[in-house]
Amino acid sequence: MNVSPAVDIDGLVKRYGHTTAVDGLSVRFPAGAVTAVLGPNGAGKTTTVEICEGLRRADSGRVRVLGRDPLRDGAVLRPRVGVMLQEGAGFYPGARAIDMLTHLARLHRTPLDADQLIERLGLRQSAGTPLRRLSGGQRQRVALAAALIGRPELVFLDEPTAGLDPHVRRATWDLISELRSDGVTVVLTTHLIDEAEQLADHVVIIDAGRLAVEGSPQELTAGVGDGVITFGGPPRLDLSSLRAALPETAEVREVTPGGYQVTASVDPHLLATLTSWCATHDILAEGLQVGRRSLEDIYLEATGRAR
Amino acid sequence: MTYSPAPGAASLPRMLVAQAAFEIKLLLRNGEQLLLTAVIPVVLLALLSAVPAFDTAGHERVDFLVPGIIALSVMSTAFTSLAIATGYERRYGALKRLAVSPLPRWALLAAKAIMVSVVEALQIALVCGLGLALGWRPEGSPVSVVILVVIGTAAFAGLGLLMAGTLRAEATLAAANLVYLLLLVLGGVVIPFEQFPAAIRPVLESTPTGALADGLRSVLADGAGLPWRSCAVLIAWAVVGFAAAARWFRWE
Repeated sequence: MNVSPAVDIDGLVKRYGHTTAVDGLSVRFPAGAVTAVLGPNGAGKTTTVEICEGLRRADSGRVRVLGRDPLRDGAVLRPRVGVMLQEGAGFYPGARAIDMLTHLARLHRTPLDADQLIERLGLRQSAGTPLRRLSGGQRQRVALAAALIGRPELVFLDEPTAGLDPHVRRATWDLISELRSDGVTVVLTTHLIDEAEQLADHVVIIDAGRLAVEGSPQELTAGVGDGVITFGGPPRLDLSSLRAALPETAEVREVTPGGYQVTASVDPHLLATLTSWCATHDILAEGLQVGRRSLEDIYLEATGRAR
Repeated sequence: MTYSPAPGAASLPRMLVAQAAFEIKLLLRNGEQLLLTAVIPVVLLALLSAVPAFDTAGHERVDFLVPGIIALSVMSTAFTSLAIATGYERRYGALKRLAVSPLPRWALLAAKAIMVSVVEALQIALVCGLGLALGWRPEGSPVSVVILVVIGTAAFAGLGLLMAGTLRAEATLAAANLVYLLLLVLGGVVIPFEQFPAAIRPVLESTPTGALADGLRSVLADGAGLPWRSCAVLIAWAVVGFAAAARWFRWE
């Protein structure tokens, strides 16, 4: 990550009328890695990515893609950058998948073979059907193929697996991993936490148009004092005596009726304190589990939806 | 298969030819568009040449009809077809997709111009061939005809793109077909302007279809020189249409 970043965003602002979609975002996406941009709907993911693609003009801030300005240097960047639009958009309704990909291939100097790509994405059966008659999932895959056909060094994938069935999702993840091994920089947006966990070297969580947190999945989930203990017991326990017994920084909550969670710097002493409190109160602590915070916990906290 | 990066755009001429060929192929494969651009003009010409449905203002029926049908053909391709196709390309994100491809925006417009020109050439060849078979005797200079067709095309294309770039695809489909139908009847294509009340004639003659049909007829049927009034009307429409399209066209 000491090489120059593939995407460098500084103080990006984009408004639509009175709504501020991106609100002073500063973030870098490393080259040669898979970056997952996570965030709830309306967080500004697509707007940010579309500004990087040269489709939208920023109101203020500075964006550099492969060291270039996406609007001013569009002619230089477009051959180098592959784009998958959201919801499998971006096709001639009357064209077949094979026509569309063959045509896009002709706009590039050394494209991939459209037939092979169709095969690889499991589109053989639907290659001859007009695109407007394909299912959403099939169109998604055509759109993914369209992003790759020109052998780009950087691809932007806007929710690449949204609406895909689990098998196809797995296959798409495999493909994205192959891209990385072959040296393609990948930036994908998603609101699937497991997708980010599975694929990403670098996770960027944005909320309300701003950077919430970023880092590798390991960095994000390995914060100091970020252990979690969960256990089950009778609902509506009086937790005040437990809070008193535990260190002050520990948080105790009843997450679901009868489902308890202790967030604290977990060590054997703390665990012993907890279990002895349970013994005193005659609680069996069913399903007691000691774990680190998951990326999902981080995400929910960062996007202000933690309970 | 390796995905190792090897980026690069194709050469400009290659991209331009590829884009134009792709658009022509899609248009010719589309049944409804073919009906509009090829079948209707030909059927109208054959039918109305055979049957004395309208008074033809002192001309032989076929001599009166061929210029009008050429104007109709130009409208069907440069306005109706172009508007509908572009409207749906916008709706399904094809234009957005191309905006992130190596193809420059001007090359996309140039490819559309090539597509329209090629289809019009085929249509005009078809209509003229049928006309000659039916005993059509053209007068006037082919140069004047080409000039009229080119500026007529520009007038229709500007308006078609304006419609495609501002309305929803379904609205464009409906409106473009409605305009086609109205101007087929009112635009001097098959019914002479003399048949309409004098009060509305100047309006009809100032529509792009009216100006083009009138201009083509004065050259091809009356052997007149380049009709300046028709040219002025068409140029005015072209300027207004393209200026408005450049201002209001939305790519998505």
